[in-house]
Amino acid sequence: MQKPKLVLIGNGMAGVRTLEELYKLKPDMYDVTVFGAEPHPNYNRILLSPVLAGEQTVQDIILNDLDWYAEHNITLHLNKKVVKIDRVNRKVIAEDGTEAPYDRLLLATGSNPFILPVPGKDLPGVITYRDIYDTEQMIEAAKVHKHAVVIGGGLLGLEAANGLMLRGMDVTVVHLGEWLLERQLDKTAGKLLQKSLEDRGLKFLLMKQTAELVAGESGRVASVKFKDGEAIPADLVVMAVGIRPNYELAESAGLHCNRGIVVNDTLQTFDPKIYAIGECVNHRGVAYGLVAPLFEMAKVAANHLASYGIGTYKGSILSTKLKVTGIDLFSAGNFMGGDDTEDIILSDPYGGVYKRLVVQGDKLVGACLYGDTADGAWYFKLIREGKAIHELRDRLMFGESEVGDTGHQGHNKAAAMADSDEVCGCNGITKGTIVQAIKEKGLFTVDDVKKCTKASGSCGSCKGLVEQILINTLGTSFQAAPKDKAICGCTDHGHEAIRKAIRDQHLTSIPDTMKALEWRTPNGCATCRPALNYYLISTWPKEAKDDPQSRFINERAHGNIQKDGTFSVIPQMKGGVTNSSELRRIADVADKYAIPMMKVTGGQRIDLLGVKKEDLVHVWADLGMNSGHAYGKSIRTVKTCVGSEFCRFGTQNSTQMGIDLETMLANMWSPHKVKLAVSGCPRNCAESGIKDVGVIGVDSGWEIYVAGNGGIKTEVAQFFVKVKTAEEVKEYSGAFLQLYREEGFYLERTVHYIHRVGLEYVKGKVVADEANRKALYERLLFSLEGLPDPWQARIDGAQKHEFKMLEVV
Amino acid sequence: MSEFKKICKLEEIPQLGSRVVKCKNGNDIAIFRNAEDKVFALTDKCPHKGGPLSQGIVYGETVACPLHGWQIGLDTGEAAAPDVGCTNRHAVKVEGGEVYLEL
Ligand code: SRM
Ligand SMILES: Cc1cc2nc3c(=O)[nH]c(=O)nc-3n(C[C@H](O)[C@H](O)[C@H](O)COP(=O)(O)OP(=O)(O)OC[C@H]3O[C@@H](n4cnc5c(N)ncnc54)[C@H](O)[C@@H]3O)c2cc1C
Ligand code: SF4
Ligand code: FES
Repeated sequence: MQKPKLVLIGNGMAGVRTLEELYKLKPDMYDVTVFGAEPHPNYNRILLSPVLAGEQTVQDIILNDLDWYAEHNITLHLNKKVVKIDRVNRKVIAEDGTEAPYDRLLLATGSNPFILPVPGKDLPGVITYRDIYDTEQMIEAAKVHKHAVVIGGGLLGLEAANGLMLRGMDVTVVHLGEWLLERQLDKTAGKLLQKSLEDRGLKFLLMKQTAELVAGESGRVASVKFKDGEAIPADLVVMAVGIRPNYELAESAGLHCNRGIVVNDTLQTFDPKIYAIGECVNHRGVAYGLVAPLFEMAKVAANHLASYGIGTYKGSILSTKLKVTGIDLFSAGNFMGGDDTEDIILSDPYGGVYKRLVVQGDKLVGACLYGDTADGAWYFKLIREGKAIHELRDRLMFGESEVGDTGHQGHNKAAAMADSDEVCGCNGITKGTIVQAIKEKGLFTVDDVKKCTKASGSCGSCKGLVEQILINTLGTSFQAAPKDKAICGCTDHGHEAIRKAIRDQHLTSIPDTMKALEWRTPNGCATCRPALNYYLISTWPKEAKDDPQSRFINERAHGNIQKDGTFSVIPQMKGGVTNSSELRRIADVADKYAIPMMKVTGGQRIDLLGVKKEDLVHVWADLGMNSGHAYGKSIRTVKTCVGSEFCRFGTQNSTQMGIDLETMLANMWSPHKVKLAVSGCPRNCAESGIKDVGVIGVDSGWEIYVAGNGGIKTEVAQFFVKVKTAEEVKEYSGAFLQLYREEGFYLERTVHYIHRVGLEYVKGKVVADEANRKALYERLLFSLEGLPDPWQARIDGAQKHEFKMLEVV
Repeated sequence: MSEFKKICKLEEIPQLGSRVVKCKNGNDIAIFRNAEDKVFALTDKCPHKGGPLSQGIVYGETVACPLHGWQIGLDTGEAAAPDVGCTNRHAVKVEGGEVYLEL
């Protein structure tokens, strides 16, 4: 028996996805013929932006190669545009005369870029951004031309502009609106985005209307002229001002069209033998321009083509992300609000974070996030599910982790998700589907998961989540990949990638690292240099040389700079223990240098404030005490209580334990400051519960707690391990701190490090794995061994110029 | 009348660092040296709250103020947007490995 014939016009994302869905349901139902106007097999159009940016190649973004078509016995006509649908004789005819009869026809002709009807729009050098051909033209143009103008500050325009800039062009984005992405962001977020793109080197002309594209001598476009008379040079003009559904073919065949091919909830056109999906359709008055709705449509259309007749498409709520590496923004639903909505807003322009949640009655209806989008998926879920939020409302802004029980740190976001929760918003893949595929098919990498389930195969923004699910499911203890954001505008690399490169490529100097990782600036900035310096000296102790010029002044002058430019001096006072001769020397120094203020610090020692920089080295020499490192991303203090030697409740000698720890950790640099405390009994007078490492003596030994913080946001330390001897306290806390020193991101305190990697992971490395613990501890001792006290080194003549002023000769 | 005065040798200023020249009127001057051995001189006071610019981290042709991180152009004395402010520049030159400052 002859199979019915299915013809697909449009070899793009929506059309081929429908075939894939159909093959899942009824692999052998139809004889399939596909016509594609482009010369390529089906590829991921979304990823043209990374191709333009040089992050991927055309080969990388092919979704179905020619073998796939062959395997499914598809008759494929590439590079053939269909020009006629003969509905009476049920056949389609291509430009070159090729004909194909059909029983069912599927239209997926996508959309065409809109071209501004201005003089000069047809000049060489004026292009749109839609397909591989356009992308290749841009890449070629960037090799020989300098000035690019992108018309349109929407998602597509910004991605084009970013790509062209990364390819070395001088790019100006011209936009009619008052701010960028006005359909995705509100004004505040749009302005923040503009600022960070400007920091990367893009230029913007807002509220500008293009009047004319002017040719140069060669006949190629040479400048863009605006309504207000101004003109700017342009050797390449990219029009990214919107798209128009491509429905001419359907209309010429007499199908009902209205700004798109009109379809019903089963994706049928007015001719029931003809289906249409993707960007070319108008469904309930909406023409979509993103892939998530197309994929939902594909499922429904395939179901009906397979004659199951189940399922209807009811429209989609959309969320958006911009695919510019290093920029995080997310918006969903009605983020602009209206008369009957209320806003919850968090705005930290300095930190580059802005969040706006739009609430209507008892529901979240929109969200617009900039800078920190970690909770985007969760908000999107609340919006789609229309969940009542009155119980969450006061904590809503702080994200999902604030709402659940926050006690279990080992348990990250992926673990907290239910099986029915969606992971990949583009493809509608749930956590359950992914977990099942990992288990049944033995998948190990994100790529495997992508191939098998499509999760993370489209825009790629759920990659991190997929990785976490892999880690949780496989139960191995490798490090959960965090969002590795670019550390600053000088580079696209995040902390994690940089640490790894330094380790793997054995980089030992800042210039080498910047070269290897293709820094954009000649010598970095005040954000990346201190981080690099730390990563180098902590990864390659005794090999990488410390660079004082890459250290913040406090660490260069070994004191805290005060608001008037003087410094404070806090000598080490191990465990808070002092004696009369030290106190006498401190008193004498205070007199001799007329120290304006002396204070007992919160860290159990004495602060001499207001010392002139030129006096520092003399003050240190006269004190004859070591540096307390009260100024550094380094060990600070080990606070202690009096303990068993004097206290009637004391169970252990906490004072001596504190002194021993402080002795062991002297001169230790770390990602952020590190504070310890040792208490002699659970009454905890040394406040061990809020320290990076807190030790509490009990009758049978010592309890060790980690990752407490008494600072900006108080966090209670978590129980880590119980040990018997003082030697073990040193080994376990030393190993923990070394792990943090090796893996922590610069300016990440232990509590945040543990939030990122999970307490279980750290316990696995330090408590459960004895060999690893001993190795970590040894590496700590190795890197600390022989480090001079920085004050003594300067008394002995190091960095002399730092402390001497110049006089005019 | 102003004239160029010899201050120090170029190597006495660390690359990507600075030295402070004490001035009798109390307005100390910071001399910076960048990675390309260009030198710059600014009054050692941040336009924000008077922070000692000499103590900041130097990169490119910019110094980040140590107090609140304003970024001051070494060549122009101007704060980078979004901050607004300007600090005094002084003429400085290097000849025969010696740094001269106009006073
Ligand atoms: C001197 C001292 C206050 C005092 O007079 O007691 C102090 C002074 C400063 N603290 Fe502190 N902190 C001092 C104990 C503390 C404590 C209490 C403690 O250590 O037990 C805390 C909470 C515990 C903690 O860190 O978890 C504390 C949490 C902070 C924080 C918040 C850190 C956080 O992660 O949330 C900062 C800001 C920062 O580091 O970024 C900070 C920053 C500062 C700075 C360095 C601000 C700055 O960057 O200039 C202050 C320097 C003042 C100056 O000009 O010298 N200081 N600071 C204390 C010195 C202790 C010592 O002997 O070393
Ligand atoms: C650079 C870029 C970045 C994007 N980024 C994102 C993103 O991050 N997230 C997101 O959700 N969406 C993004 N999109 C949009 C997304 O790519 C589209 O929504 C999606 O590709 C539309 O699918 P479609 O099948 O309807 O159309 P298309 O993928 O355009 O496929 C239509 C195909 O039909 C062919 N065709 C048309 N007429 C005929 C004919 N008469 N005969 C034969 N063939 C014909 C066309 O040549 C084309 O190949 C992006 C688009 C671009 C261009
Ligand atoms: S709390 Fe700490 S940082 Fe704040 S003013 Fe006091 S010493 Fe300074
Ligand atoms: S004083 Fe320079 S930034 Fe505030």
